[in-house]
Amino acid sequence: MLSTQPLRRTAAGAAAALAAGLALTGCSTGGGDDGALNILIDNSEATGQLMQALADAYTESTGVEVELELRPGGSEGDNIVKTRLQTGDMPDLFFYNSGSLLQALAPDQTLVDLSSESYMDVVTDTFKDGVRAGDALYGVPVGHAVGGGVLYNLAVYEELGLEVPTTWDAFMANNQAILDAGETAPVIQTYGTESAWTSQLFVLGDNYNVLAAEPDWAEEYTGNEAHFADTPAAAAGFEHLQEVAEGGFLNSDYASLTYNEGLAALAAGEGAHYPMLTTALTEIEATTPDAVDDLGFFALPGTDAANAGLTTWLPGALYLPQSTEDQGPAQDFLAFVASTEGCDAQTAGASVIGPYFIEGCTVPEDVPPAVAQLQTYFDSGLTAPALEFLSPVKGPALEQITVEVGSGIRTADDAAALYDEDVKKQAQQLGLEGW
Amino acid sequence: MTTTALPRLRKSRSHYPLWFYLPAGAVYGVLFIVPTIASFYFAFTRWNMSGTEFIGFENFALFFSEPYLFQGMVNTFIYGVLTSGLKVVLGLLLAVFLTSQIIARGYLRSVIFFPTLVSTVGVGITFTVLMDPEEGLINRALAVLGVAGPGWLTDPDLALISVALVDVWKGVGLATLIYIAGVVAIPQEFFEAAKVDGASAYQNLRHITLPLLRPATATVIVLSLIGGLRSFDLIWAMTQGGPGFTSDVVASVIFKQYQAGFWGLSSAGNVVLFLLVAALMVPLYWKLNRKEVEQ
Repeated sequence: MLSTQPLRRTAAGAAAALAAGLALTGCSTGGGDDGALNILIDNSEATGQLMQALADAYTESTGVEVELELRPGGSEGDNIVKTRLQTGDMPDLFFYNSGSLLQALAPDQTLVDLSSESYMDVVTDTFKDGVRAGDALYGVPVGHAVGGGVLYNLAVYEELGLEVPTTWDAFMANNQAILDAGETAPVIQTYGTESAWTSQLFVLGDNYNVLAAEPDWAEEYTGNEAHFADTPAAAAGFEHLQEVAEGGFLNSDYASLTYNEGLAALAAGEGAHYPMLTTALTEIEATTPDAVDDLGFFALPGTDAANAGLTTWLPGALYLPQSTEDQGPAQDFLAFVASTEGCDAQTAGASVIGPYFIEGCTVPEDVPPAVAQLQTYFDSGLTAPALEFLSPVKGPALEQITVEVGSGIRTADDAAALYDEDVKKQAQQLGLEGW
Repeated sequence: MTTTALPRLRKSRSHYPLWFYLPAGAVYGVLFIVPTIASFYFAFTRWNMSGTEFIGFENFALFFSEPYLFQGMVNTFIYGVLTSGLKVVLGLLLAVFLTSQIIARGYLRSVIFFPTLVSTVGVGITFTVLMDPEEGLINRALAVLGVAGPGWLTDPDLALISVALVDVWKGVGLATLIYIAGVVAIPQEFFEAAKVDGASAYQNLRHITLPLLRPATATVIVLSLIGGLRSFDLIWAMTQGGPGFTSDVVASVIFKQYQAGFWGLSSAGNVVLFLLVAALMVPLYWKLNRKEVEQ
């Protein structure tokens, strides 16, 4: 739900997304008729660039045409993927999140197990954990390791002489200093149409700090033994969002700003911090290439300055639905993606924003500052996966709940309790023990 | 021949043999009856990507414990009553105005009716742009007049009302059309008699037009209230129930369950919505129609 970003907030895009969502029935042929390989991907700039690069390189080396079909992101997109899988109307391959969202697709009944394929040998174990269900492996990674933290404007920090904060208090002090300077909104939030998902970062990006305080958090949470409301470290994410909102640190137009407008505001220096996934860098590079060099990145700070680590996301993956009749060409494309040629194609066609999950793949030396800062967390080993990669349970209403906290409609305590209810519903649907 | 055939026809009480109804009946059965029954069945199952499992009333218990359902129900009621009420009042006034002797009457009638023909989603997206708190045309126009416009769709207290107003803008054309038909159907003799008695325009409206428009009013109320109670498309296009849950109605709560992959739960929600609308509309319809007969 989190790493899917709408490409552009045009009326047409929204209309298409809505029409697709409301119609609920895909009208694609399922592909293969004209010999081309059809792949359903989300409409984010990041995915589009990577997949287009892979498709072009593949067509060049094999002569097989690859057609990319776009779907909206967010819960609208989840809906489409589920419906098309269930009705057997999925194209030859599709791109989707790894982690808990994959688990919600009932992969053992809908997807082809790739664990016996030789090309899976070079996929790193870290990634395999994100696409594993039982003994089966379902996905081939596309893209780079992703961090969830705070993108910030380097110029604002330089001008005000601020340091990258390693504790929450230092972060709030920076916010106050930026507010006092009076020219820039300290924290950007974007709750406009189709951008509500961006509000979840304060909660989801805080998982490193939760695990630092409660090492067994993920298991206990999955087993219905620990909850957001009764685990102070976990509730902190909601509280942080409330503090930022109550401190008057948000941009004045947070309620209507969209994700892309938020990125533009950050790049233009109208806002100093934007809690976001690093996939946003691809988005910025596509719209305003120069702006990427003006941005830095740090992990969401917790309480311990010595243990300031990063919550990481795995990139999405390509999956092979069981409904694909002729699996040969699809398997061949997956083998290409899971190879060094595949990474090289991605490096050539799209911006590199982190390490790959294919062994033998290298990233160029010359990366933007935010990517270099992201890399330092990986190099020093201060990373932990986001909760959605440690537990299959993720409530569907988190984005609405965090929007309410950020808008001052609901308190953090109330929100944590409400989210626990939401989570319970998902766990019951998954038929987990102890719920 | 005819003398023997007539009684037979009367016995069957129909001019056509029964199999004439078969094609329509089959279509109705396959497209309406079967899905309705199926959705009642699925409401009692946990139905998601992994299959269905019969779980009795658990979905209904879960649906009613939905924390934002209560607000959704209140919102549904507010939305239904507000849109229906405004459509009755505005539709009546517009109909009276558009049946009087004015210039460009035909043109004005089409203008009023035009929004009804436009796609709801299109209207929703257009008004979302117009109502943007910073860039929107509405607030820019207000700013020229020196008024700081509110966040029409982003203010939690205002979002639902704003959507309801757009719904009225879009739907008042149909209400006006029904009222125009009602006004035109009133025999001119009444007005002529009233004229002889020296009645004023207001007295005409109060004592002739309004009472004789009761059937039209009943139709408008029933249609717009049902439409308002199950309204979804406009709300989804404009706010998606937001900010947060503040403009959620029952239908959007149900759709979110569906989106999350909780298909059984959303079927249960639909059954609840069906019963809710029926429980409100059947007595109302009965009451409105009975009064009409008494007159």
